[in-house]
Amino acid sequence: MKSWKLAVACVAISLVMSSASYAAKTDLVLGIVLEPPHLDPTAGAAAAIDEIVYANIFEGLTRIGPKGNVLPALAESWTQSDDGKVYTFKLHKDVKFHDGTAFDADDVKFSLDRARGDKSTNAQKGLFSAIDTVNVVDPLTVKVALKQPSGDFLYNMGWGDAVIVAPESAGTNKDKPVGTGPFKFDSWAKGSQIVITKNADYWGKPALLDKATFRVIPDPAAATAALLAGDVQAFPVFPSYETISQFQADPRFKVVIGTTEGETVLGMNNKKPPFDNPKVRQAITHAIDRKSLIDGAMFGFGTPIGSFFPPHHPAYIDLTAETAYDPELAKKLMAEAGHPDGFKTTLKLPPPTYARRGGEIIAAELREIGIEAEIIPVEWAQWLDQVFKNKDYDMTIVSHTEPNDLNIFSRDDYYFNYDSPAFKDLIKQIDATSDGAERTGLYQQAQKLLAKDVPAAFLFQLPKTGIWDAKIEGLWENGPIQANDLTSVKWLD
Amino acid sequence: MSIGKVLANRSFCVGLIVTSLIALVALLSFVWTPYPVGAFDIAGKLKPPSAAHWLGTDHFGRDILSMIMVGSRNSIAVASVSVAIGAGIGVPLGLWGAATGGFVDEVLMRFNDLVFAFPALLSAVMITAVFGPGAINAIIAIGIFNIPVFARVARAAALSLWSREFVIAAGAIGKSPARITRDHILPNLASLLIVQATIQFSLGILAEAGLSYVGLGSQPPMPSWGRMLFEAQTMIGLAPHMALFPGLAIVITVLGLNLLGDGLRDVLDPRFQ
Repeated sequence: MKSWKLAVACVAISLVMSSASYAAKTDLVLGIVLEPPHLDPTAGAAAAIDEIVYANIFEGLTRIGPKGNVLPALAESWTQSDDGKVYTFKLHKDVKFHDGTAFDADDVKFSLDRARGDKSTNAQKGLFSAIDTVNVVDPLTVKVALKQPSGDFLYNMGWGDAVIVAPESAGTNKDKPVGTGPFKFDSWAKGSQIVITKNADYWGKPALLDKATFRVIPDPAAATAALLAGDVQAFPVFPSYETISQFQADPRFKVVIGTTEGETVLGMNNKKPPFDNPKVRQAITHAIDRKSLIDGAMFGFGTPIGSFFPPHHPAYIDLTAETAYDPELAKKLMAEAGHPDGFKTTLKLPPPTYARRGGEIIAAELREIGIEAEIIPVEWAQWLDQVFKNKDYDMTIVSHTEPNDLNIFSRDDYYFNYDSPAFKDLIKQIDATSDGAERTGLYQQAQKLLAKDVPAAFLFQLPKTGIWDAKIEGLWENGPIQANDLTSVKWLD
Repeated sequence: MSIGKVLANRSFCVGLIVTSLIALVALLSFVWTPYPVGAFDIAGKLKPPSAAHWLGTDHFGRDILSMIMVGSRNSIAVASVSVAIGAGIGVPLGLWGAATGGFVDEVLMRFNDLVFAFPALLSAVMITAVFGPGAINAIIAIGIFNIPVFARVARAAALSLWSREFVIAAGAIGKSPARITRDHILPNLASLLIVQATIQFSLGILAEAGLSYVGLGSQPPMPSWGRMLFEAQTMIGLAPHMALFPGLAIVITVLGLNLLGDGLRDVLDPRFQ
């Protein structure tokens, strides 16, 4: 009898508890694949930093919107001088950093000067190279003078690397980021999760969530399990392509396949024989079947590319036919290059699925034209050190997820070791051109040049495979920049 | 010991048959597999078992039967060489310790304890992490952790033999400890060591599968049972056969070897007769 009463009580309590949860939730757990090394976007290249702090904790003068467009952020408006060389930014008033200090024009000058200064550790110093001087006119007005007109300047100021930081907290942002955004940093359990909470004193439209947790789940199988179990409610970039169809069939989840800026390439060391011979590089590109690569490694998710340019960009031209799959032509080119019997080489693969699986397929396809590529799996730290920094590699597969990064092929000390005066000249012209049609023409010339020179084999554009609870609204469909902008994310009832 | 008595031992017979079959499959894979093992067929990926592909295809459209056949080679090679390393170094160390006793014995056994104190697979992960993944490093890593196992078995059994009359008698007629070890101790240990080698062999196959599962064993394109399991794990909802067959291959092989080891012990060890 007694136990019967107890059971009734338990049922009653659980009913009350569950009805309470019918109100819309205000917290969200997001899954991320890589843990950031630290949380200062102005001092590191890792995409994982921006995926947490961009637009949530830190803001810049401008910001990049969900469609890749430039929107005002801390700068309420701006004007450009007639010669295109001076921008005057009008700042929002009553903006406060999370530590309570006020935001004004001095912080902008400090941040921009710091980022382009000699001691700067900014990973994208190129964004600021056009800036000549930064002058404070009054606390809410900043004048930025450029060395030459720059078509990309406003876009560049929207990058995570160009966010505005305060002199008081700039030194400690790595562990305790202090920005002006709608969320503030709460805690970081290393190896497990990062928590951000709503900033009640936000100057703009307040965030709809009270709390967001970024949980680090590097393993694709664990990511699938965590989503199915409800441990994470959203995976903006889901790493397990083969289980996507399972989620598509499940009404509890929304699967959104969008675009990213991730051009996936088979990078080759252009200064190291035999890859210094363009014929060898062309042979390799003709030996790769992009369709079987996308089907095999990505389960069909991904768009083939023939040059280093995102297909959703207005200036994109489809050049995949220039380097179409043609093993006979590849063998002929190998013979012309003096390697009729092929050669032995290595292929260093970082951890993501696209690289490890794609690498196996490419190695098998290269065997068909006589190239024996030994697969060497490496962790990201090793990859950054061996391949990216020390250029100690033959071939590698990686996705370049930065937006607007065509100019990496013009950099002198970049890991491709590609050195083309013609390409450098094109990039210089693009930088100095603000006219839309003219830029498009130059972009297309640059794409064609890369498709001909093939400093790397261009494989496919990485998709943004987002999966989240069907009741969540406001997450970005595409990834025009490395970010998980949570400012307008909410749960539907 | 008659042949009839040996054949009456059921676990020995079953173990022997299973093990021989696996060895035959491995040998066969050198001359014939249903499909070439490096043949990708992306359009025909994740196909369930059929007449064309008896065990189905994997996520690259490779024939799973062919991969398991070639993978058995890898498992057997890694396990046998690592057992050879373990026995080749461990047994002499154990015999030396038993024959000399005292300080040498003490040092040898404490060193053994030191190696033994680390969980074998964890240490194997450490070794391959330092020297890089690959079949050779996996062999070395597993081999090193077979050393103390063999050293202990050899020493314990040898110590009990050293107090037996025939050994004392051999000493009395002036044979050196080294000769006694060779002529009297080792032959009497052989059966014990064979049993131990069989068991370590099956553990070696498991360890190799574990190392390849975490990506530290042999590298693609060489097929390996452990890596096949790893690749199958995210596909389990789409293609359960991809995990089932390599898993079964490991289970059957390890079971066969353990049965063989058990049977051998029953047949060879006088204490069990």
